[in-house]
Amino acid sequence: MRIESKQAFEEAVKAATALNEKRTREIMVCCGTGCLANGSQAVADAFAQRIGDLGLDVKLSLHAKTTGCHGFCERGPLVVLKPEGILYTKVKPRDVDEILEKTVGNGEIIPRLLYRNPENRQPIEKYEEIPFYKHQVRVSMRNIGRIDPASLDDALAHGAYAGMARALFELTPEQVIAEVRESGLRGRGGAGFSTARKWDATRKAVGERKFVLCNGDEGDPGAFKDRSIMEGDPHAVIEGMVIGAYAIGAREGYVYVRDEYPLAVHHMNLAIEKAKERGLLGKNILGTGFDFDLKVSRGGGAFVCGESSALMRSIEGKIGEPRAKYIHASDRGLFDLPTALNNVETWSVVGQILNQGGAWFASMGTKKSKGTKSFSLVGKVKNTGLIELPMGTTLRHIIFDIGGGILKNRPFKAVQTGGPSGGCLPADKLDLPVDYEVLSENGSMMGSGGMIVMDDRTCMVDVARYFLNFLIDESCGKCIPCREGLKQMLHIFDDLVEGRGKPGDIERIERLCKGMQLGSLCELGKSAPNPVLSTLQYFRDEYEAHINDKVCPAGMCRELTTYKINHDPCTGCHMCTRVCPTDAISGKPKEKHAIDQQLCISCGSCFDVCPEEQCIVFLPKKDIGGAHATAGN
Amino acid sequence: MPRLVIDGKTVVAKEGTFLLQAAREAGIDIPTLCEHPAVEPYGGCRMCLVDVTRPEWDGWSKMVVSCLFPVEDGIIVSTKSERVMNTRRVVIDLLLARCPNTPLVQKMAAEYGIEKTSYVQNPEPTDCILCGLCTRVCDEMGTSAISSSSRGAGREIAPPFNEPPPDCIGCLACAEICPTGFIKYETSNSKRVIWNKEFEMLRCPTCGRGHITKAQAAWHDGKVPGRYFEQCDACKRKAQAAMAVTLMGGSQIR
Repeated sequence: MRIESKQAFEEAVKAATALNEKRTREIMVCCGTGCLANGSQAVADAFAQRIGDLGLDVKLSLHAKTTGCHGFCERGPLVVLKPEGILYTKVKPRDVDEILEKTVGNGEIIPRLLYRNPENRQPIEKYEEIPFYKHQVRVSMRNIGRIDPASLDDALAHGAYAGMARALFELTPEQVIAEVRESGLRGRGGAGFSTARKWDATRKAVGERKFVLCNGDEGDPGAFKDRSIMEGDPHAVIEGMVIGAYAIGAREGYVYVRDEYPLAVHHMNLAIEKAKERGLLGKNILGTGFDFDLKVSRGGGAFVCGESSALMRSIEGKIGEPRAKYIHASDRGLFDLPTALNNVETWSVVGQILNQGGAWFASMGTKKSKGTKSFSLVGKVKNTGLIELPMGTTLRHIIFDIGGGILKNRPFKAVQTGGPSGGCLPADKLDLPVDYEVLSENGSMMGSGGMIVMDDRTCMVDVARYFLNFLIDESCGKCIPCREGLKQMLHIFDDLVEGRGKPGDIERIERLCKGMQLGSLCELGKSAPNPVLSTLQYFRDEYEAHINDKVCPAGMCRELTTYKINHDPCTGCHMCTRVCPTDAISGKPKEKHAIDQQLCISCGSCFDVCPEEQCIVFLPKKDIGGAHATAGN
Repeated sequence: MPRLVIDGKTVVAKEGTFLLQAAREAGIDIPTLCEHPAVEPYGGCRMCLVDVTRPEWDGWSKMVVSCLFPVEDGIIVSTKSERVMNTRRVVIDLLLARCPNTPLVQKMAAEYGIEKTSYVQNPEPTDCILCGLCTRVCDEMGTSAISSSSRGAGREIAPPFNEPPPDCIGCLACAEICPTGFIKYETSNSKRVIWNKEFEMLRCPTCGRGHITKAQAAWHDGKVPGRYFEQCDACKRKAQAAMAVTLMGGSQIR
């Protein structure tokens, strides 16, 4: 039934809430992309089937639903049981009967399925008590993992569209912009431009039609916050876009989602369809007379289409290439008409800002960066996944308290923030508060919110090379500095990691970086040197070791590194022989092992599995000397 | 009309023009590789970079491509600042690595003091500088028969699927606008071949020269007066001149 007045909206929310309250026991199975890959659909199906077998009176109070990403992907499939908030991890379909019988039936906990604190192996029952969740403050992700993204009623019961209702029923467009201005919201796509200023400029621009766009072309390696929002709470994005369209005076909008995110595309489309059915989108929204039509536009997977002007060309059906932006999109954007483009995360907090007030949002964060920010925490940390925190949280808190520290308790070396446009920050920057300004001042950036943690076994030259290698395929190739510059930069880096570095390479790199920064057409090329420059800034000694000594201090560059087994600590456990891909390790179980340098390809697999201290060690290839040094050439 | 200063010279520009045009009209030369008056500016070659500042910016300046930067009243433009020259030097050095044997690129590199690229030279030298003039002129013709394909380092100009382009009318606009002669074609009085597509020529009934492809004549059909393409341009001019002379009283034509 279409909702066509303020009263009808309030009643719809009340009805949805009442239905939810009847469900005294809820079983929430994470069906985000990460958990799905671990087989959570089978778990969800098993729950649905078992509950279906039960009597009707039980079914009314017991409800199993699939939700978006709970964030703690590495422990998936995740199942949360309400009302207690018990979290079961790595749940298999065969555990379903036991959960229904013991926990649902008798209130009994199943210790085997609980999360254990990696420090002391103590099980933790409730999900709010797990360090990974305990420290988080969720605004953009407030409903992810709590609602069934396919159910509009569930979203309504959890506060969706309340901010939109307030904006449409109570505020003028100018007042909406004023509220957003008070919140201090800045673009969550990475650049951090003031959202209110962007909207204001688009509102004031002259054009017969205006557009609002949502950038869901998230493509940075290791980043997946936008995907999780679109998958887990698509209504938050729709709500924000309706509010933005109302503020700007736009009647049309597009959500640009990369096609590699099939679940996000599916859930966005489903949510748009349901919102239209109920009068929350489309013609005459909530009976206010405001029309706004929203469509999903699927991207073909070009990274550069996340750049605003390229994204607009792509929606227009042209080749997704950036163009000069001396005339702002707020004046001439999509189809050369006034356009406001914001990131998924930006749109997803707008509803909450309107619902809870700009002052509430501005009460979180730092002086210039307000509110909360989502990050995809990945790499060599114990707890990887999706997190949301107030701006200004320190890197140390994120990596050590939420992330649980470095895997295998190895030393922390650096954290890469902001994806291929960002940079690496070393250990002495761990106490920096994370906000737009601080990250930029220190040679990195907020970017997409990707956060890749690295331990001492990470070669920083190789990290820079990794990002160059990524970008060389993703540059559109329109301008010379980006296209040819990346190619030449990669040539230099290939030389460095393969032991052909020569004096003057660092200066050549710096000169080329400068040319790319100043000369490139769009931000992809202008920021492509960032991973190189930040690693040079903080880890120059590693570059010098590669060039001058032909040594990779982290022992990761294969051409420069070799492995050796020290006889004393070797217990003959045979683990290394099992993983060696070239059968280069000889030795019988319980006897001392040795590596045949002629066969060894320096992959490091043996080093990673060896349980003994100082048993397998890596050393510079040149130190082995003689025939060994040239092994493999 | 906007008044601006370019390299110390006060210039009054036409409203709505771009900086490059304003500078050239004032006799100030800015190098370009992807610019052509027949097509919209592109901003791809980056050689026309200049520094732009304003007195109130306290010494801060921004680098823009002049071919796409709209003139503004009161801006101070420097077309040869140190960082502009350094950046252009990096750009042309990179292009020379891609096109080491292309005279146009060699000449421009030499103007920036580069005889040999300081980067790794392309093992398969090409004359295509990827300026996009060919694809843009093809778009503006309305045919869009060729386009850039692939991304990044693998980018090239090609017809769809590298097959003879179905939409090509053999007008040669791409080959004629190409600044390095990279786009090859063969043409005779009977046939023309470009992009591996063969065209039959329309021959002038007066002189017998094959002056346009039949496909191009068909493309223009209805857009130009009926038999406009029947005769070649040269013969048309001759006929017109003869008619003019007849109308003026019939003295001899030489």
